[in-house]
Amino acid sequence: MSALLAERAPSLRTKLSVMSTAPYITAQEASRTDAPTGLRIGGDWTLAHYARLQSQVLDLRGQLSAAATIDLQALGALDTAGAALLVELLGQQRLAELAATTPGLASERRALLQTVGAALLDSGEPLPPRRVATWRELFGHIGQTLEQLYQQCLALLGFIGLCLTAMLKILPRPARWRLTSLVYHLEQCGLNAVPIVALLTFLVGAVVAFLGATILADFGASIYTVDLVAFSFLREFGVLLTAILIAGRTASAFTAQLGSMKTNEEIDALRTLGLDPLELLVLPRVFALLIALPLLSFIAMLSGILGGAVVCALSLDIPPAMFLALLQENIALKHFLVGIGKAPLFAFLIAVIGCLEGFKVSDSAQSVGERTTSSVVQSIFVVIVLDALAALFLMEMGW
Amino acid sequence: MSGATLIEVRELVNRFGAQIVHQGLNLDLYRGEVLGVVGVSGSGKSVLLRSILGLRRANAGSVRVFGEELLALPPERRSQLERRCGVLYQRGALFSSLSLIENIALPLIEHAGLDRASAERLALVKLALVGLPREAGTQYPNAVSGGMIKRAALARALALEPEILFLDEPTAGLDPIAAAAFDQLILTLRDALGLSVLLVTHDLDTLYCICDRVAVLAQQRVLVADRLEVVAATDHPWIAEYFHGPRGRAAAQAAQRAPGRA
Repeated sequence: MSALLAERAPSLRTKLSVMSTAPYITAQEASRTDAPTGLRIGGDWTLAHYARLQSQVLDLRGQLSAAATIDLQALGALDTAGAALLVELLGQQRLAELAATTPGLASERRALLQTVGAALLDSGEPLPPRRVATWRELFGHIGQTLEQLYQQCLALLGFIGLCLTAMLKILPRPARWRLTSLVYHLEQCGLNAVPIVALLTFLVGAVVAFLGATILADFGASIYTVDLVAFSFLREFGVLLTAILIAGRTASAFTAQLGSMKTNEEIDALRTLGLDPLELLVLPRVFALLIALPLLSFIAMLSGILGGAVVCALSLDIPPAMFLALLQENIALKHFLVGIGKAPLFAFLIAVIGCLEGFKVSDSAQSVGERTTSSVVQSIFVVIVLDALAALFLMEMGW
Repeated sequence: MSGATLIEVRELVNRFGAQIVHQGLNLDLYRGEVLGVVGVSGSGKSVLLRSILGLRRANAGSVRVFGEELLALPPERRSQLERRCGVLYQRGALFSSLSLIENIALPLIEHAGLDRASAERLALVKLALVGLPREAGTQYPNAVSGGMIKRAALARALALEPEILFLDEPTAGLDPIAAAAFDQLILTLRDALGLSVLLVTHDLDTLYCICDRVAVLAQQRVLVADRLEVVAATDHPWIAEYFHGPRGRAAAQAAQRAPGRA
């Protein structure tokens, strides 16, 4: 940086006012005539002409002999881009000599040439890019990805453990419950999600009823559409659809919230204030989702069955009263319990994954995006895999 | 130093709800000068900067940059004018998903019509100009220090060879040596490129070292905008405290001792 401390000529003030009245960028062509004994450099050496000048400079650079005379007198406008090209063409040393000896050169021009020259000299030659064989890169990537996956699983398990112990620690101490925060998150991820959850499950319920009606009609068993809708929504669809919706809606929100707090050093600030980010930020979110998801699942079940009932009433001539009677007769309570019992588990995992990904954000905009994507993908993946495992297990157990 | 007027702010009014930030504010920036804007925290320095840059629509009044109202222009024309302004934001505002070199090369590729190789070559020159080593160019903003971010951001602001340079607290967060070098760099560039500089700062050393004029923002308007000596002599409690407090005196003495400052 010290090289930048170019000395300021005493006449600078007067020169500046002269310069400021001249047109700044003119359309004048940059002209240069190549003579065997020397170069005449003139015109505007500015960014606007950079691309054209650069190709000429690259052509000429090798041919220039040390004895060639260079004439800078006709130089028009000059900016850092042009100065850099001159340095490239003539070399730093030669340009410095020229700048010092050319009589007509204004002092601020000289300072610019020297500054750019010195800056380029300081920074040295460019580093050669490293070449790696493609197959090595491929295997490297595979290794890296596997390693990352392993680390991710490890981190998730560790974080789940941390959350569980923190929850157990805090449960017997109501004074440390963050009620305001809890209620806020309940509203955000519970109440505000009711319309979308209800609407989507209503539509899926109607679709399932249509499917059932079409296929079961072939066997003359369209009455079993009622069972189909009720079974699927109580056991699986109610909770699964809600969990997937919430994973997209809330896990991403958690990640983005915590991620931007991390970027803004707010999480560090909490730590240094002696507060536990886990207790302040994560637990209210986890508890809120633990309460909200079962309630939303319940709404989803009702809404899905309602959708089925509407289709039954309109296209199968099963009136709502009969639908309800069949429901009461054929569907045991255990199906509802099986469905709703999965909700807290999904809620916990979605919240924990969302928060953990938020903590993993490093301070770049790209990282916020990557982590948000990852949190949604992970939570949906976990929800579906667990649901499939649970379905297998429960079927085998005959529950 | 009276050249053409590049920026002309007239009777500017900015309000946030009931809170009045500016009321009838006037300010000029002349070609070739370094104008420092000072004021109490919350006196609306950043809001003024945003109004001038067209990032905020003022509630009333006019802001002319190069003689034109930025917000009234069609997008194409506005973009052309914006290319003639370089802005260094307070925290650098480097694009975090691009390396330093790519940050600087971006406006060159988009606006100067250079191909990537030439743009990155030129970006390296700018990087060297602001005193950063070549190796730093491949780093990403989250991996370098605050001072390096400031310099890289200055290099980006200078990429398109602007005529007006806006600096929002350029030396905040820099160590004194880096801050002094930064001041000197701005002076050199101003002299060499004929830049006009509008800088918002709290750094008294910067004010004394490089500002031709100083504008004091208080009571929702510009109280005084003149040479430093005139401003410092203005009879106003805040100005008196600002320039004649312990820090102000120290900066004034340092500026008097420093060679090269007339």
